[in-house]
Amino acid sequence: MTMTAKTLFAMSRRDLITLVIFTLVVLAMPMWLSPLGAAYPGLMQKFAIYAIFALGFNILFGLTGYLSFGHAAFLGVGSYTAVWSFKLLSMDVIPAIIFAVILSGIFALAIGYLSLRRTGIYFSILTLAFAQMSYNLAYSVLTPITNGETSLQLNLRDPRVLDLAFAPRAPGLPSASLFGHTFSGLEAFYFCAVVLLIAFFIAQKIFSSPFGMMLRAIKSNQTRMNYAGFNTRSYAMTAFVISGMYAGLAGSLLAITDPLAGAERMQWTASGEVVLMTILGGVGTLIGPVIGAWLIKYFENIFSAFNDSALHHFFGFVPDGLREVVVAIRLQICWRRLAIDPRPAVRACRRVPARRDHGRGSAYSRPVRQWPDPATGHCFAPAGGGVTP
Amino acid sequence: MTKSLKGFNRRAVVKTGLASILATGVAPLVLSRGAYAQEYCNAPTGDSVTLGFNVPLTGPYADEGADEQRAFELAVEHLNGDGDGGMLPTYTPSVLTGQGVLGKKVAFVTGDTQTKADAARDSARRMIERDGAVMISGGSSSGVAIAVQGLCQEMGVIFMAALTHSNDTTGKDKKRYGFRHFFNAYQTGVAIAPSLAKAYGNDRVAYHLTADYTWGWTTEESMIASTEKLGWKTITPVRTPVGAGDFSQYITPVLNSGADVLILNHYGFDMVNSLTQAVQFGLKDKMVNGKQFEIVTPLVSDLMAKGAGAAMKGIYGTSNWDWQLPDAGSQAFTKSFGAKYGQPPSQAAHTAYVQTLLYADACERAGTFYPPEVIKQLEGFEFDGLGNGPTLYRAADHQCFKDVLVVQGKETPANPFDLLEHVDTASRESVTYDPAIFGGELGPDTAAMC
Repeated sequence: MTMTAKTLFAMSRRDLITLVIFTLVVLAMPMWLSPLGAAYPGLMQKFAIYAIFALGFNILFGLTGYLSFGHAAFLGVGSYTAVWSFKLLSMDVIPAIIFAVILSGIFALAIGYLSLRRTGIYFSILTLAFAQMSYNLAYSVLTPITNGETSLQLNLRDPRVLDLAFAPRAPGLPSASLFGHTFSGLEAFYFCAVVLLIAFFIAQKIFSSPFGMMLRAIKSNQTRMNYAGFNTRSYAMTAFVISGMYAGLAGSLLAITDPLAGAERMQWTASGEVVLMTILGGVGTLIGPVIGAWLIKYFENIFSAFNDSALHHFFGFVPDGLREVVVAIRLQICWRRLAIDPRPAVRACRRVPARRDHGRGSAYSRPVRQWPDPATGHCFAPAGGGVTP
Repeated sequence: MTKSLKGFNRRAVVKTGLASILATGVAPLVLSRGAYAQEYCNAPTGDSVTLGFNVPLTGPYADEGADEQRAFELAVEHLNGDGDGGMLPTYTPSVLTGQGVLGKKVAFVTGDTQTKADAARDSARRMIERDGAVMISGGSSSGVAIAVQGLCQEMGVIFMAALTHSNDTTGKDKKRYGFRHFFNAYQTGVAIAPSLAKAYGNDRVAYHLTADYTWGWTTEESMIASTEKLGWKTITPVRTPVGAGDFSQYITPVLNSGADVLILNHYGFDMVNSLTQAVQFGLKDKMVNGKQFEIVTPLVSDLMAKGAGAAMKGIYGTSNWDWQLPDAGSQAFTKSFGAKYGQPPSQAAHTAYVQTLLYADACERAGTFYPPEVIKQLEGFEFDGLGNGPTLYRAADHQCFKDVLVVQGKETPANPFDLLEHVDTASRESVTYDPAIFGGELGPDTAAMC
């Protein structure tokens, strides 16, 4: 008993130092982030949560080399499960996390079972297809569960059977709690931070274990492994499910810090984001994806706040006349349309397939590039497309 | 300890006396000032007050978002006494001075909602938690507005919704901290029905293409209810994803359905695309059931009319406001907006501007930024001179009640901005309804600490 506990927590000196430094960096975030303008709970929570997401993704991609393009689906499943747990059972975070991790694990098992029959680009495309399928289902057929574009939210009339069995319904929307203690803001960040540290520790153990070695072997030469008599698929499958559970955990934390789940979280851009985070930080390293996640979330946030006055402030060092020019250029880059422009009309025109034979009315030619006529607003094709509206 | 128990002595009496004077007289003043300053989220402490403007600068409603942002900047300028003052002089009853709000200069921060609920809440949280915004405004998608409104209720920050037209915003999802000046889908249905009956008769079959989210759903519901009251029939509506871009696959089946009217419950680029495509597919030239085929767009704006170009001609819709309205408020706003940006404001810009002024005025009247007091000032507030005639902020659901405009795409525009013709006005009485029909609860107004 003591022996297993000892081996469970035994770490190499190097790993231990990494863990200690990482713990200090994460817990001291409110301090070292404040000069960067990022030391507010909303963003720090995102840092912790997306670090977990990237860590989990790296267990699959970094170790086995399987590039999944559909990890956002597990994030979404985790979020939806957590919000439903809030709505139906209790505002306590523990059941929400447990259900989210289990359900996303099962979901990963199903998708992994089908996708892991292929490797390389075929695997990536399969996972992408499944994730987009989940996203589109969440938007259309599954709207009773997901509430579609409007996103799943808490409601004043939610059943919350466990909570209401012990206490009467309080006015207003409840917020997430841990053993009866409600938390938000900085407390919620520290909760996410502790979960991140646990997740980091588990990832370290996986990296240094024989299982981790097996996963690395899959990456270096799967065929040789197969010839040597190993069943690589079950190992890859385990890695896939673990990383799916990490994503589900991250998803549930997103719902805990902000009890709302939208389908956009499952979109392919979200899946692409975690790939970017991992690659930016360094594939296969432990700390790398975490740093990648922080960098991407930081810049995403900073750029979204840019406006005219912020840019003027930022380019304050540039001489006056020149500053106007610089700011104007930056704004054009940041926002595609600050001035009303004919682009929507241009786009609408381009999308309409040019109609060739009016007589039969069924055959459509390949879309001809068209432009709106500034005077009439009609679409026309300059190169003799011959289109009348 | 034992000494003092035995009896009074001079020092003890003096000490206790002073302490009690402090406690009863001075302390409440000192303490409550401190408490008042900290009792609610982002109480402004310096010589400025920060407002947060959360608008879509990317996504299908980006044009409306950009125009809202222009209006917000203009409103801040006018509140601080710069520029020509816009609607400040026409707005009654108003206590706005043009010297900031409650003696504080108005500052603002902005964020891009990307027309997504997640991103919008992130951006609103940044403005509340990092930048210290005491009020959030913006919108352009009802899904986003409802999500941000929920967040604002939790954080105890007032949300002055700008462009959001779903019944749910002040219906089933209404919140104590959320206020909407814009009209809603129900009012659109009531307002447009007489014009449709007059132009197209009472024997029509309608086909609905609906944006698949809260705004589309409630618009479809309201349009079906009011057109069926006219005697129209409805074919099972088809839902389309937001930002679909290409609507050809949805438009092709319309002609074989037996419908003779297409109702496009779309907005922004979606409406521009679906309308343009429907016209290009020749729908408006067809005769069905012996009648001319017609298209209706329940909610339109100048920006969309501009985007759709000639396709918009003769098409009926409703608007909250139009820059060509003759009243003094509308004219002052259009002049001031035009002078600054070289184009007339859209209805999105108008509602954004008005909401900012209404909030600032409510703070002035309350004498504080403390949200529960500001809410009390807005609830049941009756005002005029902001472009829509006499308007009521109803206390029961925080919805504004005012006249609704019925508009039609102009056949021969006099200039590039003269795109919609004002054909009818539905009176405030006719579009007033019982708040109970949509359900929902406002919730408490207790101040939160973010």
